Amino acid sequence: MDVELLSRIQFAVTIGFHYIYPPLSIGLGIALVIMEATWLRTRNVMYLEMTKFWAKIFGLIFALGVATGIVMEFEFGTNWASYSRFVGDVFGSALAAEGVFAFFLESGFLALLLFGWDKVKPGLHFFATVMVALGAHFSAVWIIVANSWMQTPTGYHLVQTANGIRAEITDFWVMVFNPSSFDRLSHTVMGAWQAGAFLVISVGAFYLLRNKYEKFAKSSIRIGLIIAVVASLMQLVTGHSSARMVAQHQPAKLAAFEGIYEDGEPADLTIIGWVDEENEQVYGIKIPGMLSWMVHGDANAPITGLDAFLPEDRPPVQFTFQAYHAMVAIGMLLILLAVGGAFLAWRGILWEKKWLLWVYVFSVLLPQIANQIGWAAAEVGRQPWIVYNLMRTSEGLSVTVSRGDVLTSLILFTLIYIGLFVLFIFLMDDKIRKGPAMTEPGLETEGHRA
Amino acid sequence: MNGLETLPIIWYMLVGVLLTGYAILDGFDLGTGALHLFTKKDIDRRTLLNAIGPFWDGNEVWLVTAGGALFAAFPEVYASAFSGFYTAFILLLFMLIFRAVSIDVRSKRAEETWRKSWDIAFSVSSLVAALLIGVALGNIAKGVPVGPDFEYDGNLLEQVNPYSLLVGLTTVAMFMMHASIYLVMKTEGELQQQIRGWVQNTLIFFLMMYVLTTMATLVYVPHMAEPYRNHGWLFIVPLISVLAVANIPREISRGNELRAFLSSSATIAALMALFGIGMFPNMMHSSLSPEYSLTAFNAASSPRTLTTMLIIAVIGLPLVLGYTAGIYWVFRGKVKLNDHSY
Repeated sequence: MDVELLSRIQFAVTIGFHYIYPPLSIGLGIALVIMEATWLRTRNVMYLEMTKFWAKIFGLIFALGVATGIVMEFEFGTNWASYSRFVGDVFGSALAAEGVFAFFLESGFLALLLFGWDKVKPGLHFFATVMVALGAHFSAVWIIVANSWMQTPTGYHLVQTANGIRAEITDFWVMVFNPSSFDRLSHTVMGAWQAGAFLVISVGAFYLLRNKYEKFAKSSIRIGLIIAVVASLMQLVTGHSSARMVAQHQPAKLAAFEGIYEDGEPADLTIIGWVDEENEQVYGIKIPGMLSWMVHGDANAPITGLDAFLPEDRPPVQFTFQAYHAMVAIGMLLILLAVGGAFLAWRGILWEKKWLLWVYVFSVLLPQIANQIGWAAAEVGRQPWIVYNLMRTSEGLSVTVSRGDVLTSLILFTLIYIGLFVLFIFLMDDKIRKGPAMTEPGLETEGHRA
Repeated sequence: MNGLETLPIIWYMLVGVLLTGYAILDGFDLGTGALHLFTKKDIDRRTLLNAIGPFWDGNEVWLVTAGGALFAAFPEVYASAFSGFYTAFILLLFMLIFRAVSIDVRSKRAEETWRKSWDIAFSVSSLVAALLIGVALGNIAKGVPVGPDFEYDGNLLEQVNPYSLLVGLTTVAMFMMHASIYLVMKTEGELQQQIRGWVQNTLIFFLMMYVLTTMATLVYVPHMAEPYRNHGWLFIVPLISVLAVANIPREISRGNELRAFLSSSATIAALMALFGIGMFPNMMHSSLSPEYSLTAFNAASSPRTLTTMLIIAVIGLPLVLGYTAGIYWVFRGKVKLNDHSY
């Protein structure tokens, strides 16, 4: 493996591992706001204990997010120095804004959220919780703006400097609102809400199976389901809008998502399939003309195929195709689980069926997988470009960093992150087993008014 | 000085301000980590951890934001420094990961081996992180072989040289002193008595390192003193640093720890200013030829970006200082352990 591949793998490992945590913070942030608001409105102590319980889990998730996030802030410089020189003027601004507007907000108010229960009045504590959730969303805004600029660069021009060509901002807001920012942000944030919601649902279902904290568990599941239903249905809208945006601005990526080779013809939508990259064929279950209809509202409209691009300008098709299709399939499953779960909870059936509860215990994995492979599809689909149509990934490397350097750091990152993951699971398990502090007797079986 | 030069100078100072904020704030929690193993009782170790508990991750955000600001304002420096110091920097990142995790998980289980192992991880990672930061500063001051294309192909063995190690140890000493004073404010009783002893020892340790580093700099890195030779009035900065240091034992003996802590913070700020002025306008001094050096001017982003960023900073920094002050105010006073504590 050469430096480029090793650097790409290292970036994938570090960002993939980091990305377990921020979506959970964003989604749990929303759940915490709902829980604490319910506590303030009803004064039912159970909701206070619920907020405290999930705040502790939030703290653990946040700590891992911070620990693995610092790596990301500097990895552009360590491994992608040429890229950094080329985009710093544009990309760096978004990253700096993220630090100033999001991280300080989040980390400052997190101290109040975690340690401030006895230090500040309930109203101020709730304000802190809202600010933490807001901070988590702000960081999503800026990092997705930065990444979207790499997908659909606008608001810049190329300038010759003493040390080569670089991109410079011509209009900050055009850079911020580049064509893909909004679609990708809404899609990502809804994915994050799903991650948080299904974590809450999963733990609630686990308690019900163990016959513990019944009221607490049911109320948690209801809150989780509300968020899950909203986010999962919204994914239909944001996902569809994202795909149309990709079709317009990154046609090679859309062609790889759907495995379309033939250029300028109406295209079918493959539900499930296999790409034969050598013979440029896709085998599978297809709906004729459906892709054309979804993108252009006309089943006979032409779609740009991979044939329109030189072989060296095409992304890897099989990987992008499978990751994208798996994400869509999971998205559909999550709608079923969210809407179906809400219906079953409303009819009281959900609490009766053990196998159903087990399904919901494991449902926590689905948004995580979808978030990971969705990002993988978006980033691999951008290849061979690091900045779409402007700079190739191979041109973005650090020229002074050797294969041995990257191999060593990659091995160490992998080992450390495996250790961190084991530790995270162990501590989550520990916290979930300990459960919420039930300060008043009777709380386990019936809601108690304070 | 024209408009084109003002912006890079402002950003040179702003990056300095962010790094100084980081050194003052994360300085006391890195120092707390370095001192952690000197306490033996579990309750004392928990007290130390909780003294930095609500603050440490916010403090680390200063480093993250300084990194972002460097990327945006001086992309060439960001690129050359982090790729050139690859191994050292990856090591620093590992240390910061270990540290964050140890703080968070250390008290989550009651077993003695669990807690002792994480105590060691916390202390060693804090110590090595402080040392590495100092070593990097030492190399930047001394100069590294930056080539004509701004590239610096460094390796760890070259970077760990006597001068940079000296700066590294000075940084460790400074953070330990800073942390001791902070911890006196946060503790009481027997533990506080023990920590008062640390203040004495770390102050002496720091003074020794301070004198040695100053001498070594004058002898081996004379270019750091050049601005002071050329502009005599700048000598006020080293003067302030000495006065700030001298004020620390004075305030300690009067029992005014907050003022001692502010003096220690002022010491760090003055030393950072001393460093920044000594370097100016260089950001990475090339040991091959001065014309290869990365400066605030040849490494900067476009004036438009620097202006945009300045607007972001003007809106953002008051907010940041507001949250920071608010959090320190809410969690002022002695550490009280409760069921939300680490």
